[in-house]
Amino acid sequence: MTRFQSSPCGGLRVALANVEVMLRWSGALWLERERTLIVADLHFEKGSSYAARFGQMLPPYDTRETLDRLDREITQLAPQRLIFLGDSFHDAAGEARLANDDYRRLEGLASGRELVWAVGNHDADGPRALPGDVIDEASLAGLTLRHEPLPGAQPGEVAGHLHPAAKVSSGRATVRRRCFVTDGARLVLPAFGAYAGGLNILDEAFSGLFDGPVLAGALGPQRVHAVGLKSLRPD
Amino acid sequence: MLAANALPPQFQAWFAKRGWTPRDHQLAMLEKARAGRGALLIAPTGGGKTLAGFLPSLIELAERPPRNTPAGVHTLYISPLKALAVDVERNLLTPIREMGLPIVAESRTGDTGESRKARQKVRPPDILLTTPEQLALFCAWEGAREYFSDLRCVIIDEAHAIWPSKRGDLLALGLSRLQQFAPNMRRVGLSATVDDPDLVRKWLGVNRVENPPPRAGEVSAEPTEGASTADLQLAPSGPPGHLPRARGRICEPDIDLVLGAGGAQPVVEVLVSGGRVPWAGHTAEHAMAEVYDIIKAAKTALVFVNTRFQAEFAFQRLWELNDEGLPIALHHGSLSAEQRRKVEAAMARGDLRAVVCTSTLDMGIDWGDVDLVIQLAAPKGASRMVQRIGRANHRLDEPSRALFVPASRFEMLECRAAADAILENHLDGEPPRIGALDVLAQHIMGCACSEPFKLTDLYDEVRSAGPYAGLTWEDFEAVVDFVSTGGYALRAYDKFRRIVPTAEGLWTARNAQARQQQRMNVGAIISPAMINIRIGGGRKPVGGRKIGEAEEGYFEQLTPGDTFVFAGQVWRYNSLVGADAYVSPAPNDDPKMPSWGGSKFPLSTYLAGRVRQMMHDEREWSALPGDVQEWLSWQKIRSALPAEGEMLLETFPRGKRFHMVCYPFDGRLAHTTLAMLLTRRLDRLGVGPLGFVCNDYALNLWSLRPMDNLDIDELFAQDMLGDDLEAWLDESFMMKRSFKHCALIAGLIERRHPGAEKSGRQVTFSTDLIYDVLRKHQPDHLMLRCARLDAATGLLDIARLGDMLTRVRGRIRHVALDRVSPFAVPMMLEIGRERAPGDAAGEMILAEAEADLIAEARP
Repeated sequence: MTRFQSSPCGGLRVALANVEVMLRWSGALWLERERTLIVADLHFEKGSSYAARFGQMLPPYDTRETLDRLDREITQLAPQRLIFLGDSFHDAAGEARLANDDYRRLEGLASGRELVWAVGNHDADGPRALPGDVIDEASLAGLTLRHEPLPGAQPGEVAGHLHPAAKVSSGRATVRRRCFVTDGARLVLPAFGAYAGGLNILDEAFSGLFDGPVLAGALGPQRVHAVGLKSLRPD
Repeated sequence: MLAANALPPQFQAWFAKRGWTPRDHQLAMLEKARAGRGALLIAPTGGGKTLAGFLPSLIELAERPPRNTPAGVHTLYISPLKALAVDVERNLLTPIREMGLPIVAESRTGDTGESRKARQKVRPPDILLTTPEQLALFCAWEGAREYFSDLRCVIIDEAHAIWPSKRGDLLALGLSRLQQFAPNMRRVGLSATVDDPDLVRKWLGVNRVENPPPRAGEVSAEPTEGASTADLQLAPSGPPGHLPRARGRICEPDIDLVLGAGGAQPVVEVLVSGGRVPWAGHTAEHAMAEVYDIIKAAKTALVFVNTRFQAEFAFQRLWELNDEGLPIALHHGSLSAEQRRKVEAAMARGDLRAVVCTSTLDMGIDWGDVDLVIQLAAPKGASRMVQRIGRANHRLDEPSRALFVPASRFEMLECRAAADAILENHLDGEPPRIGALDVLAQHIMGCACSEPFKLTDLYDEVRSAGPYAGLTWEDFEAVVDFVSTGGYALRAYDKFRRIVPTAEGLWTARNAQARQQQRMNVGAIISPAMINIRIGGGRKPVGGRKIGEAEEGYFEQLTPGDTFVFAGQVWRYNSLVGADAYVSPAPNDDPKMPSWGGSKFPLSTYLAGRVRQMMHDEREWSALPGDVQEWLSWQKIRSALPAEGEMLLETFPRGKRFHMVCYPFDGRLAHTTLAMLLTRRLDRLGVGPLGFVCNDYALNLWSLRPMDNLDIDELFAQDMLGDDLEAWLDESFMMKRSFKHCALIAGLIERRHPGAEKSGRQVTFSTDLIYDVLRKHQPDHLMLRCARLDAATGLLDIARLGDMLTRVRGRIRHVALDRVSPFAVPMMLEIGRERAPGDAAGEMILAEAEADLIAEARP
């Protein structure tokens, strides 16, 4: 069983391959000793990608909403390093579609701290003009950070890509939330982007990733709820 | 008034051959037509109403001189029901055939085959029978103008059922469009009795708005590359101060009223089976044996219920009792079109003894042999019931017979009240209708798909539709901007516009993709995502025969292996794959009955008033069965009966919980809203509210701590409709739901198409995410305005709740009890039927799940 402990900040402290990490209710991962904030699947400009591709006019505010959420974490935690764990843009042209304000805010994230863009399948080349280091994967504090989880046992892997969501049921009522998912050996982060959808963690896509009993950290408005397999439901 | 010999000889001969004389209202309709006037005919069913509507067209077409070029559609008939369009087609063919008229009449609905549709496009029938949704599609056709240029008459059947809805808005806009194509087109409405015919006339008619003097120096709008739509000249010319606002005076609608003779007074009875009425429930199961005997004694009976699942249930029970093998059929909206059509045909042939049906048969189809209408469970409104009773006995001189079968004690009161209301001919009223802007958005996109338009012309055209007569230029402009770019303060989409201005300053759809999307998203009915029910089992079931469909939520209540009733048979639920539920027959199993929910229709304000009246006036009790009288007198002894104008509120402990039950009789929607708002207040008061259930009559809240000593007047103070409402509404799932509906109608998001999401992983990107982001970043956006308005009127019934709070101010009779009261028993039995409320409950579920886990992990 994964060891976990609720923190007064509403987060959940979890031991991951013997490294203590903090799951934040924002959906970010916080490595306190390294003062590193990790967020996955921001999908900036997903809204405008619908307009560009299908002429569907979704509210074009998803990027600034995601940046607002990121700002709240940065204000609270003052990270020295900020890692985007892939699929930071919804598509390769996303960077070019950024509103001027949003572009400047993204630029600003790199000032006074290290900004790292791990690439994902939606943004395989990383940003063209925005500052920051572009990497495939990184090792940090004994953990391996990459966008897409590799098959088989990967102790210490921290990944995104899958957009985990937990459907939790009690009697007749159910609730579906984005979530962290871990077995104590590897961790998959929830998608951080405002328009990023969720995939039920009982979906086949998660099978084979986890060995031991799975712990889901479901995101609530002010805290992360630890939920065990028993309470999970398929969609 | 025209004399009967005003009819052409062949028509006179046809009437005579049938042994008929033309009715006064039929001749009156002909007179109106000859004078070129529109008309609204209000007549009871069975009065030859449909023929009255078509007679002028049949005569005109019969007398039409032959011509060389093929003619376009002469008469367009629009019915709210597909089945009705098909049925009227059948009925219309009889006089056409018998008189040998050279007239082609054909229906076109969502069920019509592609080849027939294609042929109709090339060779239009003289009379086309269709639905409002098909009209919206017509309006979006390229070439619609030409297709309808010969149109002389539009007939709207069951006008009373369509007008006060978004479908009615869309239809009114469609009529305005047709009027542009065919300026001589007459509008004709056919309606059952309505409370206020003038509202229907306004909806149906052309609202002529006095035009301002010609605008001097009118120039076309020149698009400026890269400029925002606001900068683009939406208005013709001149400074903004000269923008046409809702100009001029709205004149009397040009629709004359024609009244048919009233039929004989219906005979309405309330069935008290075996002398008892159950405490609670929605199915009237207790009375089924007697209902069966009554069906046996009748010639043909229509058995109305309020929901599909009640229909399945009643059908199942009746067949279990059907020793004589009477032909009893089932008809509801989830059955496949083919199956419904079969039932309708059998009914028309007189082959059936009874049909169990939902509102799908509320209207229309002319079945002469029905001699009895049975309403299982409460009718919910007097007007609806009059409509249903009208399905029986189409001979005007004989009374229709109707039987109410209440399913519970509160329903008994309601049935009694409804029976009295019908005898006194008191009907439920409707408020005037203001056209919805999401519907307007869909219509504008449709117009742009059909042909380029000039903004000011379209503005005038739209305002000629009754529901939009008061539309301001600002709102119109906002809707156009929404259609074009999404209408965001952040001008992110100017380069992706869905409609674009041409060099001549006309607006048109951007490209073929935009047109295609419009076609896929037409309509103002939002149904819940539907799951196909197919026969198939095993691990990898493939493509079994489809037996019907059901709302997505239905299968959430079932686990594989469960049995349920559908289309009158018992099935085992095997699996859900994408949008298909696989089932296999399980004829010998006892079906597990999933929760029925209550009625989907809220109790009408008018009936609710009568029920309240009946409760406190003991003289009225004598009309009630013994056990209901006893229930009322127990209530009087054990708790209290509210006096006139009072609302009863009880508090009592039960188990580990404390309950508050109050009885406003204001309908489920208003009660649910009230319960949500009370929950917030009780939460702030530290009472620890845990949940609630509501039905049409009462609401039941329960909490961790007692509520006996609360200041009840303060708790129900009207200011709950202020800040509390605003705060709660924005968070509520109802607001999210109405946002979704508006966004779908307006084309902001696309309807889900079968198969569209089948492939790949089910990453759900829900409209809730869109809603949350939009609410935060542009709270005054058009779609949020639409959603708030809808939530307030439809889903939440805030107007009714407001009336209720005013009514009971200072008149709440609070009775603190030590145990449950007779009235509260049905409300306790409702618990467990409902979903837990809102977000707070979501957190509770997660917290509980976490507590379980901690207990499990503890040594």
